[in-house]
Amino acid sequence: MKYIGEFRDRELARTLAEAIAREADTGRDYRLMEFCGGHTHAIFRYGVQDLMPENVTFVHGPGCPVCVLPVRRIDQAIALAEREEVILCTYGDTMRVPAGRGRSLLRARAEGADVRMVWSTRDALEIARKHPERQVVFFAIGFETTTPPTAVAILQAAREGLENFSVFCNHVLTPAAILNLLESPEVRELDGVAIDGFLGPSHVSAVIGSRPYEFFAEEYRKPVVIAGFEPLDVMQSALMLIRQLNEGRAEVENEYTRVVSREGNRKAQALVAEVFELRRTFEWRGLGEVPYSALRIKGQWAAFDAERRFEIPDSRAADVRGCECPRILRGVKKPTDCRLFGTVCTPDNPMGSCMVSSEGACAAYWSYGRFRDGGEAAA
Amino acid sequence: MSGPVPFTRRLDLRHGRVEMSHGAGGRAMAQLIDELFLAHLDNELLRQGNDQACFEVPPGRLVMSTDGHVVSPLFFPGGDIGSLAVHGTLNDVAMAGARPLCLSAAFLLEEGFLLADLERIVASMARACREAGVPVATGDTKVVERGKGDGLFITTTGVGVVPEGVAISGDRARPGDAILLSGPIGNHGVAVMASREHLEFETTIESDSAALHGLVADMVAAAPGIHCLRDPTRGGLAATLNELARQSGVGMKLRETEIPVEGEVAAACELLGLDPLYVANEGKLVCICAPGDAGAVLAAMRAHPLGERATIIGEVTADPHCLVQMETAFGGSRVVDWIAGEQLPRIC
Repeated sequence: MKYIGEFRDRELARTLAEAIAREADTGRDYRLMEFCGGHTHAIFRYGVQDLMPENVTFVHGPGCPVCVLPVRRIDQAIALAEREEVILCTYGDTMRVPAGRGRSLLRARAEGADVRMVWSTRDALEIARKHPERQVVFFAIGFETTTPPTAVAILQAAREGLENFSVFCNHVLTPAAILNLLESPEVRELDGVAIDGFLGPSHVSAVIGSRPYEFFAEEYRKPVVIAGFEPLDVMQSALMLIRQLNEGRAEVENEYTRVVSREGNRKAQALVAEVFELRRTFEWRGLGEVPYSALRIKGQWAAFDAERRFEIPDSRAADVRGCECPRILRGVKKPTDCRLFGTVCTPDNPMGSCMVSSEGACAAYWSYGRFRDGGEAAA
Repeated sequence: MSGPVPFTRRLDLRHGRVEMSHGAGGRAMAQLIDELFLAHLDNELLRQGNDQACFEVPPGRLVMSTDGHVVSPLFFPGGDIGSLAVHGTLNDVAMAGARPLCLSAAFLLEEGFLLADLERIVASMARACREAGVPVATGDTKVVERGKGDGLFITTTGVGVVPEGVAISGDRARPGDAILLSGPIGNHGVAVMASREHLEFETTIESDSAALHGLVADMVAAAPGIHCLRDPTRGGLAATLNELARQSGVGMKLRETEIPVEGEVAAACELLGLDPLYVANEGKLVCICAPGDAGAVLAAMRAHPLGERATIIGEVTADPHCLVQMETAFGGSRVVDWIAGEQLPRIC
């Protein structure tokens, strides 16, 4: 595949691996957190960790959009889907996320709810046009990457006067989550787990630019390298982080220059600003309540806000007891540290959200790497 | 049922639709069978007009396999539910190393289904049967009320004979065995997915749907001691290899660089967030044989049009955990696990 194959080249990988082995100081560890699930997926799918020296490890962060969705919000989405008049449209891997009482959107569908998988917000709009007699609710989730398409859908619905379309908004913000991680006592106190540097999000940064990370690098003295999602991007970025750490620098560098600029995509930012505003606080699975970490639909577009249009019952559901997703999402524990991992919690029967999406750390461990790190095969 | 047409008006194969009476056992059903099914699938066994087919069986062990076909959409690039219903079952029979003898076909029709579409599908089945040299020996038609079916379901059953000295079974893989694949993977799944109407996605990828018993016959002739054969359909290559590993109690080590994926299929998978290892095929097979047989089997495969691009993709290993592992093209390694549920696209 042209323009992709080049970023998966075996020979280049070997050259980079040699450079990393040469430059990494054997007297210390390098713990690099990849924030995004896309990076986690690439690391496991291509076996990137195998090419790293032992003292360079990837710590899997909370940037998997379905992993950070709290049980409460999925329960609410199910409640919406169960309404007679509602067609709930959702992105693919949201369907399997476990909600309260062992339920999920997939189960709700089997029980009769009208839940449809869509590939884009355009599909959801099309369903709304085709079914004027029904209420079409788009279950909007994800980071800054998926937010602009939701904004476009709302503006489009307004333009067309599509009165049966609304959005259940769960969009969250990356910088707020990184800040929360850096402020978390487990991460801050040195006897906890130290994170030496960050592989910065790629697609998120295409929208918001690299500038928002400059504060973290400076304030918390952690280097950040914006990294593409291809395996060579990940390795090159790791090398750039190692160099920064060796030289005592803590800067924002951009490996993903073919897509990301310092300012980001201004048009997308403007669309988001037109439609959304900050929520005072929002619950994240794993991180708990995080201030100013999510978006809601502005009053001006209230007609398209499912939370205003429907009375959505609140749910008190909590995560499964014993599930270590919260600590795994903060990089404090590894999936194999969880008692449920591989015993009752597997991709066939996910108990925690990290086991659902292939971007989730637990699912990635299970599907791609369980023979390592004292996983099943090594036991 | 042969002889002069006993009906006052012929079936309207252009605008007509399936009606409840077409499954009610009366004259309307007889006419549908006569003018549509028999007209296309005609053969000696079907012409007997009995509720069963009666035929001589050559010496050897019989194999039997059945498959329900429910593809959506019914027509896709490279095939349709009719050709698929023939190929799918013939291939399941062939994976025992058997020569298929005949098929049965049961049609579950939804009231209101266009007769023109039905005729297109039955004609395609007939073509697939002719090419394969295997007749539909007996059949059945039922009609369900509108809304109680998805247009058309076809169930086919196949019977075949295994030649003397051939003992192919999923539990015979042994450490050291070679794993062969007959050609590029993922074409069928991507072709079907790309033709679903809600996916605005245009490709020229065609399904690889094909009958594999000819290829199997050549392989078995080259090496009668082949251990395992299986066609990687639903769940793709990954599911098939995991099934075989579990059945035989062995592990596998694959080399990603040896697994062929056509550029366009790889690109489509990339765009849709899918992994070609988990995408369905309908005209490919996996073969496991003793390392000493691998050369002869590979040569036989490559000499056949359906195995031109065959490769040795890896080896069977001793592993009590039955893991399928893969050396990635990138130079690392990973486990190729079963898929959990259906393959759902990732968000970003």
